[in-house]
Amino acid sequence: MIPEEIIHQPSWYESSARARIVGLLDTDTFAEILGPADRVMSPHLDLFDLPPAFDDGMIIGRGKLAGRAVAVAAQEGQFMGGTFAEVSGAKLVGLLRAVTAAVGTASAVTSVLLLLDTGGVRLQEANAGEMAVSEIIRAVLDTRRAGVPVIALIGGRAGAFGGGGIVTACCSHVVISEQGRISVTGPEVIETNQGAEEFDSRDRALVWRITGGRSRVLLGGADSYVKGDIAGFREMAIRVHNTVPAFSPETMMMEQDRLKKRLEFYGDCTDTPEIWSRAGLSDPDKIYEIDDDAFLALLSQKGSRS
Amino acid sequence: MTPDDLLASLFPKKHAVVAGPHNTLSGTATLDDDQTVEVLGITGGTPLSPEIAIQLAGRVLEIINSGSKTPIVFLLDTASQRMTRRDEMLGLNEYLAHLAKVIVLAGTIGHRTVGILYGTAAAGAFIATALATQTLITVDGALPSVMDLPSIARVTKLPLEVLQQKAETTPIFSPGVPALAATGAVFETWPSDRTDFPERLKSILTTNDGQTDLRDRLGEKRGGRKVARDIAQRVAMAFSQVDR
Amino acid sequence: MEKFTIRAQARTSLPGRGKQAIVGVVASGNLEILLERTEPDQTVVVDVVTSARGFQTVWEAVIADFVTRSSPGGVRFSIHDNGARPDTVMLRLMQGVNVLEKTA
Repeated sequence: MIPEEIIHQPSWYESSARARIVGLLDTDTFAEILGPADRVMSPHLDLFDLPPAFDDGMIIGRGKLAGRAVAVAAQEGQFMGGTFAEVSGAKLVGLLRAVTAAVGTASAVTSVLLLLDTGGVRLQEANAGEMAVSEIIRAVLDTRRAGVPVIALIGGRAGAFGGGGIVTACCSHVVISEQGRISVTGPEVIETNQGAEEFDSRDRALVWRITGGRSRVLLGGADSYVKGDIAGFREMAIRVHNTVPAFSPETMMMEQDRLKKRLEFYGDCTDTPEIWSRAGLSDPDKIYEIDDDAFLALLSQKGSRS
Repeated sequence: MTPDDLLASLFPKKHAVVAGPHNTLSGTATLDDDQTVEVLGITGGTPLSPEIAIQLAGRVLEIINSGSKTPIVFLLDTASQRMTRRDEMLGLNEYLAHLAKVIVLAGTIGHRTVGILYGTAAAGAFIATALATQTLITVDGALPSVMDLPSIARVTKLPLEVLQQKAETTPIFSPGVPALAATGAVFETWPSDRTDFPERLKSILTTNDGQTDLRDRLGEKRGGRKVARDIAQRVAMAFSQVDR
Repeated sequence: MEKFTIRAQARTSLPGRGKQAIVGVVASGNLEILLERTEPDQTVVVDVVTSARGFQTVWEAVIADFVTRSSPGGVRFSIHDNGARPDTVMLRLMQGVNVLEKTA
């Protein structure tokens, strides 16, 4: 394995959660809360004979982005699939509640960056994980309601599945790379429950067409698309800072309209190229083959959200 | 319990709740003191699809736009989120989140939201419906879960018997009302005789405004989530003290 | 799961002023190491929690080799291992002292 510090252009996908935070924020500004030395670990993994992690796979703290104070939380997708559990969830809930409470005080931040990388709820702690997701959703929405944007950054190995997919869609703005995947039920689970004719999880191209970053940004499930390096995520996080919709009845009415129309226009489609074709995109089959520059050019022609 | 039985027990005075598209319920009901409540629901253990989410969310938004602060009661018998390639392709995560968001929004701007679970609710559907309300009640027939034990066994690669054995010592992963209630998900479980449902509902609507998420405190008190609340508080405390 | 502690004496204490560092991830075939400069000058303490049973003697050999090569006196190493191979363990240990030395 190559040590992280000697990789020249660190990719978001390949990096650890800690490396992503370091690359995302201004140099030497990250201050971790309940870090590894505090040893705040899962009390439940021992029951399953599984080794814990010092941070339970959730790294939280504050730092600066282009000089502005931000709060940040990153899931480590390689530890237990980056799952929401009692400890990892409570760390994020605590951070979001603190951000909301800090509005208008000296410790206020200008936004929250959520580096989600998750298979969903940790099944060994299923009930606590489920509750954590629900509390996170409420805390994200309270934070947005208090005027602080919550920005999701998706491009890790585990994607944003299960409750993670729902949390993602509760954020003010979603930034994604080609490798990013967003979904609720994972392809393997759909295949197990409904059969391979419903969803063949071994068909990688199909999985990416359904859940992957390009499809999500074209359909409107993500708001910004970036190349997969950490610097790309950083630039976009700076750019979208405070340009995002409030959590208000007006915003939700627009969402209702947008999502209802999507069902009306594309509800009978069975694969994404059909959607792109119906949406008037030329060469719908090429969308997954072109390089990032060509895809970004296509996106800027099309305009954002459909 | 059938939806009709539940409606009759909750609103003996009067209700005009009718079946809507995709196995949904919608209408208004009148409490003993003539207070009106809005009622929405899912029947028949129906998996939560984008269509149901849009149907219910649309109704919640109409209620919000009416300018009233009418309480909203959700009667729920759903399943998991619907598991199809088509729904995932269309962004099911956005539809589930949308429903959760409008329910939370309604609560935030003054509609007291109460979920009454009388059937199943699992995984993402549980999060987007029952767990998005301010107060969740369970009645006869309620079976909340994250995932059933056989599926957990498959994912964790543990024999089912081992899981069943472990479930006896901890409420942390097993399905059902007692385990979920222990973690703070369920505020109250109402008795089978149903005679006092109207008073119980009235009491919830009047005693607490639902603005603060108290579920981790409940989980700590009941012993089903012993550390979550303490950790969240430690983070909040540290947040204002970290060097910046 | 198996838990044990290995103690050793290094020739010198580890240079640098960093108080703590963390390297690695508890992924399959990988491990995390938390390094804390909490021990007396030449003392080395390694707390191991590992999912692989029956490899304590292998760990002892790897740690002995590592202490000889790096002389990480004064440092406590706390390890969560998910079945990493000895060469991965050695690499992470070396990476850890490298990070700790450079940490301000």
